[in-house]
Amino acid sequence: MSALSVKHLLGIKDINANDIDMIFKTADTFKEVINRPIKKTPSLRDTTIANLFFENSTRTKLSFELAEKRLSADVINFAASSSSVSKGETLIDTVNNILAMKVDMVVMRHPYAGAAKFLSKHVNATIVNAGDGAHEHPTQALLDAFSIREKLGDLKGCKVAIVGDILHSRVALSNIFCLQKLGAEVMVCGPATLIPKYIHELGVKVELNLKKALEWCDVANMLRIQLERQDIKYFPSLREYVMLYGLNKQILESLSKQIVVMHPGPINRGIEITSDVADHAQSLILQQVENGVAVRMAVLYLLAGSIK
Amino acid sequence: MSAQFQLLNAAAFDHTIKRLCYELIENHNNFENTVIIGLQPRGIYLSGRICDELQIITGLTGIAHGHLDVTFYRDDFRRRENPLVPNRTQIDFIIEDKNVILVDDVLYTGRTIRAGMDALLAFGRPKKVELMVLIDRRYSRHLPIQPDYVGKVVDTIASDNVKVKWKEIDEQDEVFMITENEDNL
Repeated sequence: MSALSVKHLLGIKDINANDIDMIFKTADTFKEVINRPIKKTPSLRDTTIANLFFENSTRTKLSFELAEKRLSADVINFAASSSSVSKGETLIDTVNNILAMKVDMVVMRHPYAGAAKFLSKHVNATIVNAGDGAHEHPTQALLDAFSIREKLGDLKGCKVAIVGDILHSRVALSNIFCLQKLGAEVMVCGPATLIPKYIHELGVKVELNLKKALEWCDVANMLRIQLERQDIKYFPSLREYVMLYGLNKQILESLSKQIVVMHPGPINRGIEITSDVADHAQSLILQQVENGVAVRMAVLYLLAGSIK
Repeated sequence: MSAQFQLLNAAAFDHTIKRLCYELIENHNNFENTVIIGLQPRGIYLSGRICDELQIITGLTGIAHGHLDVTFYRDDFRRRENPLVPNRTQIDFIIEDKNVILVDDVLYTGRTIRAGMDALLAFGRPKKVELMVLIDRRYSRHLPIQPDYVGKVVDTIASDNVKVKWKEIDEQDEVFMITENEDNL
C-alpha cells in the first residue's frame, strides 16, 4: 500500500523517482486493462472530473477524457472559447463555480505558466496540470519516459536528445526533469535562438548541430516549432529550419546506430520530421499515444485514491 | 497477549492440496472446458500448486491457468488511507462459455471474491464460476458468497488473523492463526 508524495500533479519537478516508478507500475496494469475485450474498470465510479481547457488540444484532451471514462469517472468538459471566460470571469471564479457542482478533480490546460499551481493554492480540488504555458506538461513527460522504458528497458544511462523549439516547449522542460530523475542523460538541440540561455544549469548538454546530436543519442524526441507562441522571428525562414533541423529518412538511416524517434504531436509533417520518418519502424509516435491513456489512468487513479 | 498456533503443517498442507485436486477431478473430468484463475496477490500460489498437482495426478498438460488482479474492482477505493498498487493480470485464453474455478488463499468477508467476479466479467461470460479456497473463515461473511472447494474451515473472530505461508515466497508451507483471545487455543 502506498501513495504518491503529492496531492496534485502540477509538474515533474515536484515529484520523485519513487512516484514515477509507482505511476509506471500502475500504468503497466492499466495498459493490460485497455487491451481487454471490456476496457473499463469501476475504480473512479464515485469521482467527478472537470476537464478545463483554456487552450486548444486534441490528443491530451481526448486522452484524458478516455482515461477518465475507462476508470468510470463522471466527466464534464469545458473549453474557454465557448464559456463565460470570454465575458470576463476570472480563473478562480470559473473553477469555484464548477467545484460548487461537487467536482473532485480538475484537469487543466492554460496558456499561462504557473496557472495549475495557482489554482491548487486557491481551490479545494485535486489538480492535474495538462500543460501550463511554456512551463510543464507532466503527463506528456511521463508517457514519453514510459514509452522509452517499454522500448529500451531501463532509462538509466539512456541518452535522449530533445530537438527543436526548446524555448517555448513545456514538453521539453517536463521531459528534462523526468528523464534526469530516472537516470537518463539529456541533450537539447536546436537553433541557438530557440535554446533558453541558462538551460545548461539544469545539467543538460547543448548541441547546435542536429547530426551530432543524433549520433550521440539513443532516442530523439522531435518537437514542433510553436509558431503561435513566437512573438518575434527566431530564425530566418522555415525552409532554412527544415534544412538544418528537420529529420528525414536519409539522415536517420545514415546514423551509425538505430535510434528511436518520438514526437509529442501535433506533427508538422515536412518540418521537424518528414512523413517517412513519422511512419518509420523506428518511430514510437503511435505507441506514445496508446501509452498516454494508460499513464493518465494511472495518474488519475493514484491521485483520486487520496481524495477523502 | 496475542498467541499464534498452527492450523496446517507442511504435510497436512500437501495432503489438503492433493485432496482439493481430486475433488476438482470428480467434477471437471479432463478439464477440457475448465480454466483455473488465481486471484492476485496470494491466490496465485494456490492456483499454481493445484495446476502442478493436477498435471502429476492426471498427466494432463496445458490446463488453462491465469492470474487475475481485482484492485480496480474493489469496493474500498477512497475509503482506505492510500490506494492499493495493482498486480499483473494474465489471462491468455477465452473464458466465454468456460467453467471458471476462482482460487484464493483465505476467504473472509467475501469482498475480494465479489470484486474478482466483477473483474472476471471483463473477459467474457463464463458458463459457470466456482470458488476454491485453502482456508474458509466461517461465519464472517459480509456478502452471500460460499466456496465450492475448501481446504480447511476455521472459526474466527474479527480480531484474529489467519496467515498462509507459501514455499515459493516464504520458504515453507504453513497456515497459522494469530489470536488475542487465548480461549481459542
